[in-house]
Amino acid sequence: MTDLFELSLKEMQNGLRWGEFSSRELVGAMLERITRLNPPLHAFLHIAAESALQQADEADSAGPDDSQPLRGIPIAVKDVLTVAGMPATAGSKILEGFLPPYTATSVRRLQEAGAIVIGKTNTDEFAMGSSTENSAYGVTHNPWDLTRVPGGSSGGSAAAVAARLVPSALGTDTGGSVRQPASFCGVTGLKPTYGRVSRYGLIAFGSSLDCVGAFGRTAEDVAEVLTIMAGRDPLDSTSSDVETPRLELERADLRGTRIGVPKEYFIKGMQVEVEEKTRAAVAQFEALGAEVHEISLPHTEYALPVYYILAPAEASANLARFDGIRYGPRAQAETLMDVFFKTRGQKFGAEVTRRIMLGTYALSAGYYDAFYGQAQKVRTLITRDFEAAFHEVDLIACPTTPTTAFCIGAHENDPLAMYLEDVFTLPASLAGVPGVSFPVGFDGKGLPVGMQLLAPRFCEEALLRAAYAYQQATDWHKRKPGM
Amino acid sequence: MPLSLREVEHIARLARLELTDEQKALYREQLEAILDHFARLQELDTKEVSPVAGLSAKQAPLRPDEARPGLNREALLANAPQQAQGQFKVPPVFE
Repeated sequence: MTDLFELSLKEMQNGLRWGEFSSRELVGAMLERITRLNPPLHAFLHIAAESALQQADEADSAGPDDSQPLRGIPIAVKDVLTVAGMPATAGSKILEGFLPPYTATSVRRLQEAGAIVIGKTNTDEFAMGSSTENSAYGVTHNPWDLTRVPGGSSGGSAAAVAARLVPSALGTDTGGSVRQPASFCGVTGLKPTYGRVSRYGLIAFGSSLDCVGAFGRTAEDVAEVLTIMAGRDPLDSTSSDVETPRLELERADLRGTRIGVPKEYFIKGMQVEVEEKTRAAVAQFEALGAEVHEISLPHTEYALPVYYILAPAEASANLARFDGIRYGPRAQAETLMDVFFKTRGQKFGAEVTRRIMLGTYALSAGYYDAFYGQAQKVRTLITRDFEAAFHEVDLIACPTTPTTAFCIGAHENDPLAMYLEDVFTLPASLAGVPGVSFPVGFDGKGLPVGMQLLAPRFCEEALLRAAYAYQQATDWHKRKPGM
Repeated sequence: MPLSLREVEHIARLARLELTDEQKALYREQLEAILDHFARLQELDTKEVSPVAGLSAKQAPLRPDEARPGLNREALLANAPQQAQGQFKVPPVFE
């Protein structure tokens, strides 16, 4: 029999339903693997072994139930989402010791469907970064090569799914933080449409961009998770009441689907193998019946400056709440003002401080129009690029990242080089459209190459159906790191 | 785009961040490089373009203004570095 940890979410659902194994056996197998592999990977910041086993026993004694499709299945949650009773650090020293009294809506819906949260995963501090190197609690290592980063900011969740520590994990994507680590770790990662999943209980970074997404090993598995956590939530006024589709992936027929390949996403300096594998995957889609067209998204090159003005601007306001008064540690100081200055000065890490500075500058008197105002206008142009493209095509196919996973420390002391890692994921975030990244091959060093598909807003079904069809025809997503 | 040390200090003050001299020098240099890279945004003519205000198509929905239980007070206060008499405690604001 296959080891239990090898099973996909769908296979776990079936195995539990038919009594092939118990939730206790399943959770026990995952915990054993986590105990062995988390020390070299550092994917988890918090492991809730005891409560997970207790919930597994409860699921076993209750038996299978169609109203709870995830009953007894262990998942992991990125440590920027709150789970009542588990610490939430956001990868920051400024939230050390914080025990949130409430659970994020996305997580709560999965729990109500029977899922068991087995632990919280590592993240760049406040989700700001592309490598998890900015976590105040240490870097996560890529399961394919421990000297490399897993990507970020949801690097812990991506590494945990790639290393078969959990079948699925939640991440968040503000500028690529689900898709980029999914690409680096060789797993499937979905960033839904902005507003599709409630942000309640997500520690805010850039509120006009933040999306809760999911990692799995297949498009089918992330579709299952999305369907359960999506939908309007009275606790998030930007959550959408657009009906959540039941994603019927079985009818994965790509005949007549028009796929656009934007010429701006094949740039000088990108890794040759990334372009080759992406083009090969596009050819595969063509073989599956899709029509392929070259398209143009002319404002692509401006996405980076727009994002790195708007996201830090929003972050500088959102992170004002961390002041040493209501949660986290407080620096020793005589006056209230000094409590603010010292706590924030001492407890925020370098990248978070840099972005607060950048955002504060962009919003400050004298610079607001030139930076924040202009960036908001160019965001409109980027959004229009996508609207125009989606008149011609149903989906857009492009590389997720310019390179495969880079070495730990490669971008130390060069923040701009790190920002450039996000160049292909930022435009979709600014336009609020959904995207999915999935493996389409490996480079000469044996590192996974990912590509992303993008769809019009609220068209996750078309997106995931195409990724599903690709995975039915290929087996890159079945490759696993030698751990 | 040159950024002076005084501007860096001004931004840090607005953001309530106490920085060391080394940090100020480092951020001055790094922010200058980042802002230089961003200057290209000015090449686009956006006179006729309206800014993105939000991505939700609809206006923010309203709910009835009804009293309802909030989060548990003890659990919230338990996270505070200092508390007294059921409230967050802070150093004196005025002497």
